[in-house]
Amino acid sequence: MDRGPAARPMRIIVCIKQVPRAQELQVDPVTQTLKRVGVPSEINPPDANALEMALRLKDQHAAEVVVLSMGPTSFDESLERAVAMGADRSVLLTDRILGGSDTVPTAYALSETIQKIGGYDLLLCGEETTDASTGHVGPGIAGHLDLPQITYASEVRIEDGKVRARRTAEDGTEWWETTMPCLCTVNFGCNKPREPTLTGKIRVERGGVVTHWSCADVGIDPKKVGLFNSPTIVAKVDTVRLPTRAGRIFSGEPKETVRQLLDALIADRVISP
Amino acid sequence: MTAVHVLEDKSHFHGVWVFLEHRKQGLRDVSVELIGEGRRIADLRNTTLTGVLLGNRVDDLATYALGYGLDRVIVVNDPLLEIYRSRPYAQVMAQLIRRHKPEVVLYGASKNGRDLGGRLHAILETGLAADCVKFDIDAEGNLDMIRPSFGGKSLAHILCKKHRPQMASVRRNVFVAPPHDPSRTGEVVHESVELGPSDVDATLADFQEFTREGGLRPEEADVVVSGGYGLGDPKAFAMLQELADLLGGAIAASRKAVDSGWVPKMLQVGQTGMTVRPKLYLAVGISGAVQHLAGMQESKKIVVINIDPKAPLFEIADYGIVGNLFEVIPEMIRQVRALKSGATDVRAAVPATAR
Repeated sequence: MDRGPAARPMRIIVCIKQVPRAQELQVDPVTQTLKRVGVPSEINPPDANALEMALRLKDQHAAEVVVLSMGPTSFDESLERAVAMGADRSVLLTDRILGGSDTVPTAYALSETIQKIGGYDLLLCGEETTDASTGHVGPGIAGHLDLPQITYASEVRIEDGKVRARRTAEDGTEWWETTMPCLCTVNFGCNKPREPTLTGKIRVERGGVVTHWSCADVGIDPKKVGLFNSPTIVAKVDTVRLPTRAGRIFSGEPKETVRQLLDALIADRVISP
Repeated sequence: MTAVHVLEDKSHFHGVWVFLEHRKQGLRDVSVELIGEGRRIADLRNTTLTGVLLGNRVDDLATYALGYGLDRVIVVNDPLLEIYRSRPYAQVMAQLIRRHKPEVVLYGASKNGRDLGGRLHAILETGLAADCVKFDIDAEGNLDMIRPSFGGKSLAHILCKKHRPQMASVRRNVFVAPPHDPSRTGEVVHESVELGPSDVDATLADFQEFTREGGLRPEEADVVVSGGYGLGDPKAFAMLQELADLLGGAIAASRKAVDSGWVPKMLQVGQTGMTVRPKLYLAVGISGAVQHLAGMQESKKIVVINIDPKAPLFEIADYGIVGNLFEVIPEMIRQVRALKSGATDVRAAVPATAR
């Protein structure tokens, strides 16, 4: 897809996932996968931060924001919300053969879909999902597409055709600079995602804001996706048994309860008198 | 990068590898902890344990690392590897893994470890299990990679049966660091890989190191005083800091306190934050969502202070105080200060009914 820098606006693709909103997640005892039916959903919160970052860049640079997801058609709900918030359009990769894909086929299938959308300058993902919490798909896409990647970015600037991103690491704050196209994963909680606007909601009402593609539409190899082509399997799931603890609970006047607590901690040699 | 993937016979893959993260001529704690666990896995599999060290002039560190229990260290020295960079590190690791075919590769679930592992598993098209807390070997000799799932409510056993290497990441403070034995010997192997300036696709323009002025990092502290939504106000963290300072510890926070913008995310304990296992974890005004438990339940002693006696965190507390934290914490500061100054009047002033 040939284009000069001035031929059309910058294109930002944001990858989002729809996750169960409730913390009351249920596991299907047969398939050992999440039961998603009947659980209220939301845009994976870190992905909402990535979307907000894209929309801010759109405000500054008149970029086009395309939102991409992979999953069942119930994911339309999140894609429509993303458009109502200000994204220009959205794509849902939806196909039964994708079911049960782990992060390897997911990163592959999303990479192929991103290439079909084409003409992208910046890819944004949340740092991880709140349901699977691996953080592997974003860097996986960058690996597939052989793009520069900046993970855990809490600020992304586009200056002189380059991306500068602030990354929070264990020991300090790093400022990375790279060329476009590139991929950034966005730090959870680094901004406050905006609410849908009235104009956005009207656009959604008019319809046609979500494009559905199947694997065949994109040219995804069926032998590389789905449960049986995923390197990892969930062999079983155990319920967590928490260690038994002494469980002495003090109540009453603070002067007394604090003294009782400190006495106990001194007796346990946790603190020294 | 997306060449046709040919699945090799997995019997060709041998040995356990640990990706060694380093900083300022020292190994990171998570890497040392992984050497300990890697040793256990290698012994169970009756195979060798290799550390992989990428950097620039890191031979002394490689020799030192052997003392933690490695059989050998593969070293790649290159100025381009001086600091961690996603693409060059992933390129080098991919070349080494294809060349030597290890059966298991372990990474720290640090920012850089996840950045690297996530990129690499897509390039190598193999399984990677994040944030593992335990490993076993199944009947067929596969690595059983056990990780919290569904918000920490259960533990999932992840297997990577057909693909090799089996890769996993582990957070800091999950495994115990092995002792260093300076007399232990092993092999330091220098490897060369194809790497050129064109492989560097991003540059580090600026780095601001976190200062120690804010006190200890929670991951390093023996005592962690952690605040939650119950604090109601960022100013209340000053009170927790004062208590932490008196106890020689660090402050931390729940996700709700971080999301409220009261403290920076680097202080967040839990599933989307850090894991701590201090000698004493003092949870103040934290109700105890499962995601929080995932980051602190291995603490040696857990103390919970909450006004709500039904707060779920009390269920895993060694000790708890039901009370108003704005009364309890100042009183605790007062009594701890009196203890530290050697004063006995505080203890004498109250009857010792509970002794």
